[in-house]
Amino acid sequence: MKKKSKVVSYNKWGYIFLIPFVVIYLLFQMIPLVSTIYNSFFENYRSGLKQIGPNFVGIENYITIITNGDLPTYLKNTLIMWIMGFVPQIVLSLLLGAWFTDPSLRLKAQGFFKTIIYLPNLIMASAFAMLFFTLFSISGPINSMMVQAEIFKEAYDFMSHVWSVRSLVAFMNCLMWFGNTTILLMAGMLGIDPALFEAAQVDGATATQIFYKITLPLLKPILIYVMITSLIGGLQMFDVPQILTNGTGDPMRSSMTLIMYLNKHLYSKNYGLGGALSVFMFIITGILSLLVFKFTASEEKN
Amino acid sequence: MEENRIAMAGQSDTGASVHVRRVIAYLVLILISFICLFWFYVLFINSTRSNAELTRGFTPFPSGNLLINWKNLVAGTLPIFNGLFNSLFVATLTAVMATYFSTMTAYAIHAYDFKFKKQIFTFILMVMMIPTQVTALGFLQLIGKMKLDDSFIPLIVPAVASPAVFFYMKQYMDSTLPLSLVEAARIDGSTEWGTFNKIVVPLMKPAIAVQAIFSFVQSWNNYFVPALVLHTDTKKTLPILIAQLRSADWLKFDMGQVYIMITYSIFPVIIVYLLLSRYIVGGVTLGGVKG
Repeated sequence: MKKKSKVVSYNKWGYIFLIPFVVIYLLFQMIPLVSTIYNSFFENYRSGLKQIGPNFVGIENYITIITNGDLPTYLKNTLIMWIMGFVPQIVLSLLLGAWFTDPSLRLKAQGFFKTIIYLPNLIMASAFAMLFFTLFSISGPINSMMVQAEIFKEAYDFMSHVWSVRSLVAFMNCLMWFGNTTILLMAGMLGIDPALFEAAQVDGATATQIFYKITLPLLKPILIYVMITSLIGGLQMFDVPQILTNGTGDPMRSSMTLIMYLNKHLYSKNYGLGGALSVFMFIITGILSLLVFKFTASEEKN
Repeated sequence: MEENRIAMAGQSDTGASVHVRRVIAYLVLILISFICLFWFYVLFINSTRSNAELTRGFTPFPSGNLLINWKNLVAGTLPIFNGLFNSLFVATLTAVMATYFSTMTAYAIHAYDFKFKKQIFTFILMVMMIPTQVTALGFLQLIGKMKLDDSFIPLIVPAVASPAVFFYMKQYMDSTLPLSLVEAARIDGSTEWGTFNKIVVPLMKPAIAVQAIFSFVQSWNNYFVPALVLHTDTKKTLPILIAQLRSADWLKFDMGQVYIMITYSIFPVIIVYLLLSRYIVGGVTLGGVKG
């Protein structure tokens, strides 16, 4: 009897250790989420000096942001730029991770290369975007190099063409995050029992076979983690396009992301439309995360 | 030695292909390193050049204008020293909060058995997918009501609940923290609080180091929330100052100052990183090796 009560008293510590997380989560995440959803059903904005609302309008805010085309356009922009950056990022990270952890390759100066590839991730996104803005501006060094090397006949205005701005954003995202992804994947790859690789090598498996048949399947948990966090990060894309285009998303709002749009509403204190947009973000993030989960789970069965 | 080992396993034909693959790996790594470093090289060169030199086009060699650009920046209107201090302060405390409390949360789920444990774990995994931006609207209203507007508290304290850091810590505990160790500590008379702080936290050091770096970087990079919360010029963090630089009429600006401001905001971190990188890479390697 005494022993049993002691077990219970240990497990009570489970609740105690959860208190900080739960309290802070409820206060700074849950309450804001609920009030954001609540706000999305009200008309509440400033028109000049006059405050309109809050008046209950039902789902009118949602209808507004879909029918005026804002939401579909900015969702499309965001996804395009995320995919353009993420595909090379994950391929590069898997490749580098496999090379770094391959015992038969025994790459020298690994520490040096790892240090360099993680470096761009430390660079403040806004500073990096500002740097690219100056480097790729019409009178910037990239244009002057290209003209000097006679690759370009005349300076190319990177900032006024749809695909050059999108490519710059995607390239920066890829550059900033592939080192981080490589480190996370490597941690997973190093966690795989080396005996498995040795056994496969003795059995005559090639490096490619080892990668696809041993590394990838065993890497699944970390891979899921990387994909979900990157997807969420991609939908949150803000700093780089915001600074690069000074918040305009130009040319013709083709690089305006969802969060840049939300940011506009938060600054102008349009809580109704901002709330509706936030709820949409919430739903979209949820659906896409579930898809990634489902996709990786069905891969497993095959 | 390598060739011998492979030959002994009857795989002498793969020796050459390993060699080829190694050469390809080095070439790709050198190319990638170049792509990573090129921009910072151009940034460094341009920081040393005057506005007049910059408008004449790019040269690969530094000029002698570094100190003059720096003096101009210091004499300018941007509160750059406040910005650096604010960024360091917020990012450091955020990293401490996120790692310590996430370890605690992960430990609660890992080591104890209690009602609703599974539901709480699933719940945290679910909320890991909610971006902080979707709650920003309610968050701003809340801190307005709590009179925390224009303060660092709403930037630091919410890090206590970091689901992504928690998830990493939980994964790490699953693979490296045997419950028998906790059991042994109990038999030796350690309190639960003591076990956590004196045994679990030290054992989790590699994971804490990795996540501390990631949390620090995330907070250091963070522009969205601080830009909405901080209004006083001397309270602003570096990303907000950079954004101000961008929205200033940059063509009229002294480009030498723009480059030196970018250098200034990334240089301290690069120095610290180069000093710590051995531990960072070592920590990551430790993080993956099962005990």
